[in-house]
Amino acid sequence: MGHLAIMDDSEAQFALTSYSQSLWRELASELPQEAEYLPCGALWVAADAEEMEEVHRRYHFYSGRGIPAEVLDSHQLAEAEPHLRPGLAGGLRMPADSVCYPPCAATHLLTGISVLFGRTVSAISDAGVEFDDNTSLAAPLIVLAAGSAIRRLIPAAEVFPRKGHLLITDRYPGFLHHQLIELGYLKSAHSTVSDSVAFNVQPRQTGQILIGSSRQYGVETDTVERPMLERMLSRAVEYMPDLAGLSALRAWTGFRAATPDKLPLIGLAPGFTHVYLATGHEGLGISTSLATARLLADQILGRESAIPSAPYNPCRSFVH
Amino acid sequence: MINLTVNGKHVQVPEGVTVAAAVLRAGQTAFRLSVSGEPRAPLCGMGVCFECRVTLDGQPHARSCQIVVREGMEVRT
Repeated sequence: MGHLAIMDDSEAQFALTSYSQSLWRELASELPQEAEYLPCGALWVAADAEEMEEVHRRYHFYSGRGIPAEVLDSHQLAEAEPHLRPGLAGGLRMPADSVCYPPCAATHLLTGISVLFGRTVSAISDAGVEFDDNTSLAAPLIVLAAGSAIRRLIPAAEVFPRKGHLLITDRYPGFLHHQLIELGYLKSAHSTVSDSVAFNVQPRQTGQILIGSSRQYGVETDTVERPMLERMLSRAVEYMPDLAGLSALRAWTGFRAATPDKLPLIGLAPGFTHVYLATGHEGLGISTSLATARLLADQILGRESAIPSAPYNPCRSFVH
Repeated sequence: MINLTVNGKHVQVPEGVTVAAAVLRAGQTAFRLSVSGEPRAPLCGMGVCFECRVTLDGQPHARSCQIVVREGMEVRT
């Protein structure tokens, strides 16, 4: 979705997301217009008193670590996002969160790098990669960033596809001001067994609105599933009734790369000497991409890292 | 006859015609602007090309070629 977020599921997740956000902020000035870097802030929406407690807990967590955060009451929430339904308890504003359009940001980062598209890697070793057309490419060093497809090359890695749906609307400038996420999202994102949906909407610079999110395990096909899409949109409309009157342009799906402990795999692949991993980021792949790259570069070059890299060591998430 | 406004201008059209026809009757040929700011007008006339979109009674992106005029409608291009 392109949300550049700070999350506090664990200290390690917080360290990685906050480090990465600072790197995104540094990069922002050199990003081209098409990358649509939008410092819109995020707003975690609390539906009831119980979720408001979570707002306060997180407020203290972030404030104590120097991250700007702001508690909104019911009235301030309605003022910040007038299309939210009335009667919500409040929210937590994260002013430093931002969004971007990842395909164009990635294209910018690839400037000057030659890329081979349309090739399928069928095997990987410390000496290089083999393609499915029986050709190969020797490489002194490999970084495998294949998302949930990693198991096709390294079956021992405990990374599982978690399907998600997204929908994008026509252009409605001014309809939405922040990235909005229901606090119940955490319950949805934490469940490791059942299918779930959560209200999660994101403004684009074009005025278009991205609507999510759904999470499914054990589904391998990428087709848009009508019942799941309906559940996801009903949830969105519960929070933002006026969404129902907007025109949708397109819906599609993707696969997050989920790990059992909800932390990514960053570092040398167990059993290899020259293959490094960058996967398992679940829904935070864009948020944490820059920090992931920096941690890998540090390991490869033997430099000290800005944050400890041990929590993301792939060894912990391999079948032995 | 049906009375409506197009960009604040009063226009009268026969019952049963489309909003697109009313917009043209009002002398308005640009129905919307493309992403790069170019004027757009109805092309297919059957709800497929989306070039005829207008803001109808405050609701953006209404396909004017698919909607029949009603008394008092307020159209913005």
